[in-house]
Amino acid sequence: MSETETPPPPAAALRAEHVTKTFGGLVAVNDVSFDVPEHSIVSLIGPNGAGKTTLFNMLTGLYRPTEGRILLGERDTTHSRPDVITKHGVARTFQNIRLFGAMTAVENVMVGHHARMRSGLIGSIFRPPWVRREERETRERARELLAYAGLREPVFDRLAAQLPYGDQRRVEIARALASQPKLLLLDEPTAGMNPQESQALTEFMRAMRDDLNLTILLIEHDMKVVMGVSERVTVLDYGKKIAEGEPAVVRADPGVIEAYLGKQA
Amino acid sequence: MSELRAQLREWREAVDKRVPPWWSRALVGLLLVIGIVLPFPFSSSSAFMNATIIALAYAVMSLGLNIVVGFAGLLDLGYVAFYALGAYSLGWFGSGFFFKAHIHALVSPVASTLPGIHLNFILILVGAALICAAAGIVIGLPTLRLRGDYIAIVTLAFGEIIADVAVNGQSVHVGGGMTLTAGNLGISAVDSPYFPGIGSFNLLNLRPWYWLIFAILLVVLFVNLRLRDSRLGRAWVALREDEVAAVSMGIPLVKTKLLAYAIGAAFGGMSGAFFGTYYTVVNAGQFQFGFSIFILAMVIIGGLGSIWGAVVGGLALGYINNYLIPVVLNDIPAKLGFHFQLTTVEFGIFGFLLVIMMVLRPQGLIPERRRRLELTAEIAPPDAQLAEAPGTPGGGT
Repeated sequence: MSETETPPPPAAALRAEHVTKTFGGLVAVNDVSFDVPEHSIVSLIGPNGAGKTTLFNMLTGLYRPTEGRILLGERDTTHSRPDVITKHGVARTFQNIRLFGAMTAVENVMVGHHARMRSGLIGSIFRPPWVRREERETRERARELLAYAGLREPVFDRLAAQLPYGDQRRVEIARALASQPKLLLLDEPTAGMNPQESQALTEFMRAMRDDLNLTILLIEHDMKVVMGVSERVTVLDYGKKIAEGEPAVVRADPGVIEAYLGKQA
Repeated sequence: MSELRAQLREWREAVDKRVPPWWSRALVGLLLVIGIVLPFPFSSSSAFMNATIIALAYAVMSLGLNIVVGFAGLLDLGYVAFYALGAYSLGWFGSGFFFKAHIHALVSPVASTLPGIHLNFILILVGAALICAAAGIVIGLPTLRLRGDYIAIVTLAFGEIIADVAVNGQSVHVGGGMTLTAGNLGISAVDSPYFPGIGSFNLLNLRPWYWLIFAILLVVLFVNLRLRDSRLGRAWVALREDEVAAVSMGIPLVKTKLLAYAIGAAFGGMSGAFFGTYYTVVNAGQFQFGFSIFILAMVIIGGLGSIWGAVVGGLALGYINNYLIPVVLNDIPAKLGFHFQLTTVEFGIFGFLLVIMMVLRPQGLIPERRRRLELTAEIAPPDAQLAEAPGTPGGGT
C-alpha cells in the first residue's frame, strides 16, 4: 500500500468522468468521477442502495450513463455494447451469482473465452483444424483456470447450478478471467463467505493481480477485506462520491462514518 | 423409490463407463445403414413409405425449431411461416406459375420447354434456405428487446401474417397478369425433383423421395450436431440461461440471436420446399397456426434442446399423424360402434399425448444432456459442503 503513497499518477486503467445515471426521477449515480490506476486494487464501498452496482453496470456497458464519460485507458467506451467492452479487456462477476446453470463448470468458463475465439458459423459447421485446435485450447485453458480459482477436478464437469455456493463464486471468477481481462470488476466477491474464506479470497485477489497483471475494482461490504486488500477506496452514498483515498484515510473520514453509522446526536 | 432411482442411475453410469468410446459412432453408422435400406422391404408406393417420408420432413422442421426454442430459448410460435416461405420458394421457382418468365436451370427436358421459372430442386432448396434465413432475421429483429412470452406473441403474429399473405396473395399482382400466390387454389403442377443422370421423381415410386429427404435430414442433423458443440452453440445456451451474464462475457446479443433465428428458419424452409414438391401443390390452406404448435409439440415431446429428441419427436408425431391414426387405427371407433373416424379427433389425441408426456416424462423422450444432469442429480451439494459456506446466496445489496 505504502509504495503508491506519493503519486506521479500511474496511467488510469479506467476513468469515470462526471458519470450520472437517472432512472426516471431517481438519480442512482450522481456526477461521480474516479480513476482506477493500472495494476491497482480499488474498492468501491457505500451503504446499500448507494449506486455501486449501477456504476458497475455502466462501466460494463449494461447501462448507458445519462451523462458523463467512461474511458478505458485511452478508449471512450461510454456508449459501447457490453460484449465490445469485454473484448477491450473488462470482465466482471455479479453480486448474486449469475452462472449458466444448465452448463457445466468447464462450459461456463469456455463461454467466458468467447470474445477471444474466432470460429463463426461456417467454421463451427466444417471444423477445420484451426477450429478444432481453438476448441481444444479453450477447453484446456478453462480447466486450468478452474484449477487456478481453487476448484477440484471432480466438479469441473458438474452443472454449475449443482455446485456448492463457494464453488460457484470461484467458477464465476474463472469465467471472468477466461476473457483475458486487463480490468476485473468484482461485485461483492465475499458475500456469503465466512471469515476464513474471505481471507483466502483476499489473498487470491492479490495473487490474480500479480500473476495475470490485472487491475481490480471491487464492490465490498466486508471492511476487513476492503482495508486489507485495497490501495484506494471510493465511497458512494446516495449516488454521490463522498470520499476517496487510501483506506486508512477514508476510514477516518467523518463523512464516511456518518454515512455508515448515521449522524451522531 | 429414490433408492431404486439411485440404483438405476448407478447401473446406467456403469454401462456408460463400460461401452467403448466408439459406440456412439457405431450406433450412428448402424442407423445410417438401416436408414438407407429401409425402403426395400416395403412396396414403393405404400402408405407406410408415404408416412415415413412425411415424418422425415417433419424431423427436419423439428430440428430447425429446436435451434430457436431448444438451444437459444426463444419461444417461436410462428414457425409455420418458414414452412410457407419454403414451399412458396418451390412454387415460384419450380413451376409454371410465373408464366411470363422463361428461366430454366438444370431441369428435366420436359420442364425446360415449359413457360415459367424452372430451377433444379437443389438450387431451390438452397434458395429456400436463404430466403427463410433472411425472413428469420426479419422476424428476429423486433423480438431482440423482448423476452419470454413476448417473443412468442410477436412470432405468433408473424406466422399469421405470412399465412394471410399466402391466402390473399392471389389478389396481389406482380405484373403481366401474374399474382404473388394462388391462395387456396394452390400453385399446382410444380416440378418434381430431377437429377441429371437419374431422371425425374414420380409419385408411383416413393423410394427416391425417401432417399432425398433422408439425405436432407442427414445434412441438417450434421449441422445441428456440429453447432451444438461449438462456440456458437455455447453462446446460444448461455443466452438462454442468462442473457445479462452472457453479454457481459462478450457474446454479441444481436448477432447470436439472429443467427439462431436464421438457421432455424433455413431448415424450416428446406423442409417446406420438399413438402411443396412432394405434395405437388403449394396451397395457402396448409399454413395454419396449428402447424406451428404441431412442430413445437415435436420438439417438446422429443426433449427441448435435444437433437436426437427433436428427430425422434418429429418421427413419432409424423408416424402418428400420417400412419397410426389415418391408416392403422382409423376404423377402431367404427368397429366399437361409434360413428366417427379417428382422424376427426386427431388434435384431441395429440393434446392427450402431450398431457401424458408432461406428467410422466416432462424432460421429453430423449432429454438434452444438460437437463438429464439436472433431473438425475437431484440436489447436489451435500450438507457438509453447505456448512462450509454459510450465508445466503447474494446476501446484501
